[in-house]
Amino acid sequence: MNLIYMDHASATPVREQVIKAMVPYFDLQFGNPSAVYDMGFNIKQVIEEQRAHVARLIGAKANEIIFASSGAEANNLAIKGVALAGQKKGKHIIISAIEHHSVLNSARFLERMDFEVTFLPVDEHGLVDPERLAKVIRPETILVSVMHANNEIGTIQAISELSSICREKGVIFHTDAVASVGNIPVDVNVLGVDLLSLSGISLGAPKGTGALYFKKNIRLMPLIHGGIQEMGRRGGTENVPGIVGLGKASELAANEISAKKDQLQKLRELLVSGIQEKIKKVTLTGHPDKRLPGHASFCIEAIEGEALIYMLNQDGIYSNTGSACASKALKTSPVLVAIGVPPDLAQGSVVFTMNNNSVQEVRYVLEKLASAVEKLRSLSPIWREKTA
Amino acid sequence: MKFKEDQPSDETLDLVCRMCPLHLMEPGDRLKCMKKGQVLEVLTDYDGALEDIPEWCRKHGQEFIGLEEDDDCYKLYIKKTK
Repeated sequence: MNLIYMDHASATPVREQVIKAMVPYFDLQFGNPSAVYDMGFNIKQVIEEQRAHVARLIGAKANEIIFASSGAEANNLAIKGVALAGQKKGKHIIISAIEHHSVLNSARFLERMDFEVTFLPVDEHGLVDPERLAKVIRPETILVSVMHANNEIGTIQAISELSSICREKGVIFHTDAVASVGNIPVDVNVLGVDLLSLSGISLGAPKGTGALYFKKNIRLMPLIHGGIQEMGRRGGTENVPGIVGLGKASELAANEISAKKDQLQKLRELLVSGIQEKIKKVTLTGHPDKRLPGHASFCIEAIEGEALIYMLNQDGIYSNTGSACASKALKTSPVLVAIGVPPDLAQGSVVFTMNNNSVQEVRYVLEKLASAVEKLRSLSPIWREKTA
Repeated sequence: MKFKEDQPSDETLDLVCRMCPLHLMEPGDRLKCMKKGQVLEVLTDYDGALEDIPEWCRKHGQEFIGLEEDDDCYKLYIKKTK
């Protein structure tokens, strides 16, 4: 049985060229980049080349990139780093209600340090209303964070509109672009953001890699104090193989991203229309058009998402119920709650995130999904009640 | 220690939130890109810089003009002399 992987929001396979680029830095080029002899100097140069590759992918300058261990760390550094550096100006921050846990819990941590946090609601598609944002900004607001694309429902926010409101009011704007960088073209100048987080997991780079873009005038309190690494903004000897992997994956993505978008969109349309045709009582979550090209998310009535994922797994299909981190908690997704999905319907959440998938794979998924849903519903007293 | 008020400067280097030894590395790099006679303003919240930067200037043949303190940080002024 062939494996069909449709959970690219959780992790992407590391590309062959990326692995090849990384190998020498486990082996012959093992030195510490801070060392002053040739090996150290050469490795430091290699790190700077990778910084330029990551910067190019998002339209930034190389000295505006800080390497991190994940998108989560980049989000933590953005939220806590800006808040702790700017607390003399004010202690109010604003985040959307559908942020990833690394943003959400960073904000909750700041609440324990006497910061005030406003959780901005979203509409039924997961979109933040720019007018609402303008209304909740106060003189003591120092930071707004709204994610670029949501990993669970795929919705892409109007970031440039939101960031321009913040710019006018002199408030720093951060976006978590972990779900978007690698899937759609992202340019920090077009988005007008002050900070942006990205992760290697969406890019075909190894896990344990990520980066934060920051404008040079932004003050950031480091989370890891140490030496001179990352311009004194993140201590600790650099993860050289990981950085090389992230750099190589960024270089490849920068050259491929536009073509990939069209191909993924076709697959998504095929999957969405097929599911709506084959399965009754199914709701597409997120925005119908303003969404990631390879992302299709649904709530299916009268089934348990976890059970469905397990049945698809038996057929060699890997998908997810929501975010990889949150699904194990068996708690209704806060994202689905925020967009107004009723709790019983939210239990039937299933998310397919495609990348290098084929039309044949989508057809196979449609066939197996329809039969799994039918099987689960035949066992469901709720479904029997509804259809009686 | 020489205190200054309203010292004009040609460029500003913001090192607030960044620790030792960045305050001894970045001013030198920035001065390399500036012209002789120009003044660099260094912003820092690191107390050690108050001793280290005048000493660094003496060692590297640059002129330490003085410092100003405000609520936010220290401002140290270096004139490029070579």
